[in-house]
Amino acid sequence: MNVWADALIQGILLGGLYALFAAGLSLIFGIMRLVNLAHGDLIVLAAFVILTIAAWLGLDPFAAALAALPIMFMAGFALQHLLLNRTLGRDLLPPLLVTFGLSIIIENGLLELFSADSQRLRAGSIETASVSLGGGVAVGVIPLLTLASAIGVVLALNLVFYRTSLGRAFRATADDLEIAQLMGIDFSRIFSVAMGLAFIVVTIAALYLGMRANFDPTIGPERLLYAFEAVIVGGLGSFWGTLCGGIIIGVAQTIGAQLDPEWQILAGHLAFLVVLVLRPRGLFPRATD
Amino acid sequence: MSLLEIHGLRKCFGSVVAADDIAFIVAAGEALGIIGPNGAGKTTLFNLIAGGLFPDAGTIRLDGHDITAARPHQRCRAGIARSYQIPRPFENFTVFENLLVAAVHGGRKSEADAAQLCGEILNRCRLLPRANALAGSLTLLERKRLEMARALATAPRLLLLDEIAGGLTESECAELVGTIKELRATGVTIVWIEHIVHALVAVVDRLIVLNFGRKIADGNPQAVMSSADVQQIYIGIEA
Repeated sequence: MNVWADALIQGILLGGLYALFAAGLSLIFGIMRLVNLAHGDLIVLAAFVILTIAAWLGLDPFAAALAALPIMFMAGFALQHLLLNRTLGRDLLPPLLVTFGLSIIIENGLLELFSADSQRLRAGSIETASVSLGGGVAVGVIPLLTLASAIGVVLALNLVFYRTSLGRAFRATADDLEIAQLMGIDFSRIFSVAMGLAFIVVTIAALYLGMRANFDPTIGPERLLYAFEAVIVGGLGSFWGTLCGGIIIGVAQTIGAQLDPEWQILAGHLAFLVVLVLRPRGLFPRATD
Repeated sequence: MSLLEIHGLRKCFGSVVAADDIAFIVAAGEALGIIGPNGAGKTTLFNLIAGGLFPDAGTIRLDGHDITAARPHQRCRAGIARSYQIPRPFENFTVFENLLVAAVHGGRKSEADAAQLCGEILNRCRLLPRANALAGSLTLLERKRLEMARALATAPRLLLLDEIAGGLTESECAELVGTIKELRATGVTIVWIEHIVHALVAVVDRLIVLNFGRKIADGNPQAVMSSADVQQIYIGIEA
């Protein structure tokens, strides 16, 4: 089977990872219109948390990530409750500045603690395991799990948003903050829970980031960029859109790399630009503003 | 037994005094009307009571508890609900969901209890046939009804209605007045801001007049409307 089909399949699987990067960002922006510039660094931070837990307790990365989930949920809740809720208001600048500062603090804090050495989450034989699709195309088990997790995360977020009382509160706050408060919704608590959930998604993203390739404290901003592009391509406010956005960026990158290995990153950005020109509101916009 | 007590309430926006030393008491079960020219500070007063704005001075008490510093969601849970002059439903929610979110979060009810209550309120506000319609697709009368129904879903003891009859036709207005009368009979305390005075006096048993942020009259509707101060403000405005 030809290399293009292979590039397409690998791109879709890579898109799963980008969708995981983007889902947390999409969740936060959708609910509280907060552009979290520290999102990429938070993913890297989560990867180091998983790494540390794995090293301390001698767990494999999956178990370590599971153990990290409640810690990260509480960290997200606390971050929103103690810091970010104070920055939200009519002015969009304070949250941007604060999360930008946070991004610098996290990156440098990690450099201080873990040095600039490349790290990796070691998962053993599953790292190299693959499934043959026939025709000479094989896909890695980890990339497959990544995409499956991305789909799972999107399904779960949609379930929470559209089938639960908490989700109704999320949507009501996103729709009209003032009215939501008058209807008895404690927005600061709702926002803190939302950030906790975003941190859970961030941790899942970090698990696959760390198993797929090497990471070090400085790679956060680039993950943020991919996440942003996926959210914008997919359209604000739609989790399925975000998944599609991630896949489009991923496929563009692998197809670009197939043309010329130097084009991988550029091709992803070009695909983003093309969508921005043709569909400025993204492919599946749900949010009305 | 007084439900709402307001003392020395003051709010300024720059040099504009929107509430100037306002004081009044609303008894439990009472229906109070508030009138006044545009810019008299009526909506500001509601925002102060519901918590959208905080006063520069003065106190607000609900059931004897000082709620002056309470946040909007706390006031909602304490039993204050308000409707907006220009209806602001959650547009992407169905009519039923609009009520459900209010009943679960504001009324502190379980999902199942809330669903039953919401059904009853929709029926009472004659919105049941539209329960599954998106709020964004409603007509003006339906949106006004939804505004009231959603406020009711929070199980309020004090209902603040802001020009709920404004913009409706004569017959729609009469229909709405009927609904509000039925509501009153259930024991909810109502404070109602309205320009359409005849609709107001059909329901309320007391009238307050505001002008330039000041309370200039308070009492029996007929007496208030015939007082010289009020006549002067309302010359040319059909009463």
